[in-house]
Amino acid sequence: MNEQPLIQFHDVSFSFGARQIYDSVSLNIERGKITAIFGPSGSGKTTLLKLIGGQLLADNGGQVIVDGHNLATLKRRDLLTLRARMGMLFQSGALFTDLNVFENIAFPLRVHTSLPEDMLNDIVLMKLEAVGLRGAKNMMPFELSGGMQRRVALARAIALDPDIIMYDEPFAGQDPISKGVIVRLISLLNDALGLTSIIVSHDIDMTAAIADYMYIVSDTHVIAHGSPADLKRNDSQQVQQFIQGLADGPVPFHYPAVSYAQDLRLLAN
Amino acid sequence: MTNYLQSLGKTGIDACASLGRSGIFLFRTIVAKPQFIATFPLLIKQISQLGIRSVVIIVVSGLFIGMVLALQGYTILSKFGTTDALGQLIALSMLRELGPVVTALLFAGRAGSAITSEIGLMKATEQLSSLEMIGVDPLRRVVSPRLWAGIYSMPVLALLFNVFAIFGGAWVSIDLLGVDPGAYWSNTREAVDFGEDVINGIIKSVVFGVLVSWIAVYQGFVTRPNSEGIASSTTRTVVFSSLAILGFDLILTAMMFGEF
Repeated sequence: MNEQPLIQFHDVSFSFGARQIYDSVSLNIERGKITAIFGPSGSGKTTLLKLIGGQLLADNGGQVIVDGHNLATLKRRDLLTLRARMGMLFQSGALFTDLNVFENIAFPLRVHTSLPEDMLNDIVLMKLEAVGLRGAKNMMPFELSGGMQRRVALARAIALDPDIIMYDEPFAGQDPISKGVIVRLISLLNDALGLTSIIVSHDIDMTAAIADYMYIVSDTHVIAHGSPADLKRNDSQQVQQFIQGLADGPVPFHYPAVSYAQDLRLLAN
Repeated sequence: MTNYLQSLGKTGIDACASLGRSGIFLFRTIVAKPQFIATFPLLIKQISQLGIRSVVIIVVSGLFIGMVLALQGYTILSKFGTTDALGQLIALSMLRELGPVVTALLFAGRAGSAITSEIGLMKATEQLSSLEMIGVDPLRRVVSPRLWAGIYSMPVLALLFNVFAIFGGAWVSIDLLGVDPGAYWSNTREAVDFGEDVINGIIKSVVFGVLVSWIAVYQGFVTRPNSEGIASSTTRTVVFSSLAILGFDLILTAMMFGEF
């Protein structure tokens, strides 16, 4: 077994036009572990997953290395092959609305393999059984609740038995029961299939329960990393604000503005 | 003044950049390695969605425009005692101008807007990203079938429009206004030249089909992924398509029928 981290970021910077999202971020994601990335909304967590998937490329100078391949220099065909080894669970589920549940899960299999129909059928049913939705195989995505959609999307993400699975805000907008179901599934799949899981989330309680290692990203930098227990003991105010969910602290409650008095025209200019 | 010039220049540069991007987009869609077996069902589905579902509005519009043109033409031609020429008036104006142009305008409103909002919503719900992550090029799977379906459907719809317009016109002229059917049809047959009128009309409708489908898929693909963005992209599809149709119609007409 290769001991090198599966995914490495070396001094990765990224910006959308004038807006800087990341400023020389370095991080490692270990094989077989659940790594969680935290950050306030709008800190570019989804961008991080797109950088790993090669959908976005880092600015010059930085390197994103997935299993020894530098994504910036990878040929398009090799990138597609590499992506077949990654599953991604999108925030909205992103099921194909014109296909039913069965066909949604069969889709990546049909694209990347030429399995006979009966074998394909068996695989799809196994994946659906794993997320507990075998009974819903003939339903259309719009007939499912949000939690069920996400479970179907999870089944689709693991259809090709990937090495890496990325979860984009898996808990957002879920009721407590489906949150619990998803947390259990993530940890179950990680152990049973020997996956490397990356969770991007702002739900600290849910994620800390299953994550092996966590990174906190804020204001274009990684501000802290360590195991959940380490981070709880971390005495940086910024980290504690995040972990305890305080409204104000080093990450300000107020969006930058001119002084209140000046805005209300109480000061003579 | 400097500011004004600056913003004018920026608008110009932005417009050129966006035209260039959409050109590259069209090129990449068209040269994307075709997979006929995999994409053929998708193409058929889109032809049914975009083409076949537009048939009703095209047929009804054709029928009514033909009938109205007959009524208007009759009042004018009867002043000169040449109501026999009504058939040729209707047939030529339909085949050369109204058929392709009105069909394209209707198609932009009926199908173009649907393409843009569908692709835009697929983008907003991350379905396009999801395809990319599965390793499928959205240009090939989502954009290309819609583009080709639009290009194939337009000429057929325009021909359908012409046929119904000519028969609608004939019904009003002959049955209501009492024009002699023999004179009506023989005048029509004599005046219409297959190459000059019918083929040129088909060429126009193919060009309009490319324009409308291209604008629609591009606007959908570059939409800002929220409800406001989709609304404005859909509007832009209809507005840009209509302007492009009218502009290109002038150019094509000048090239085909102009006598310089």
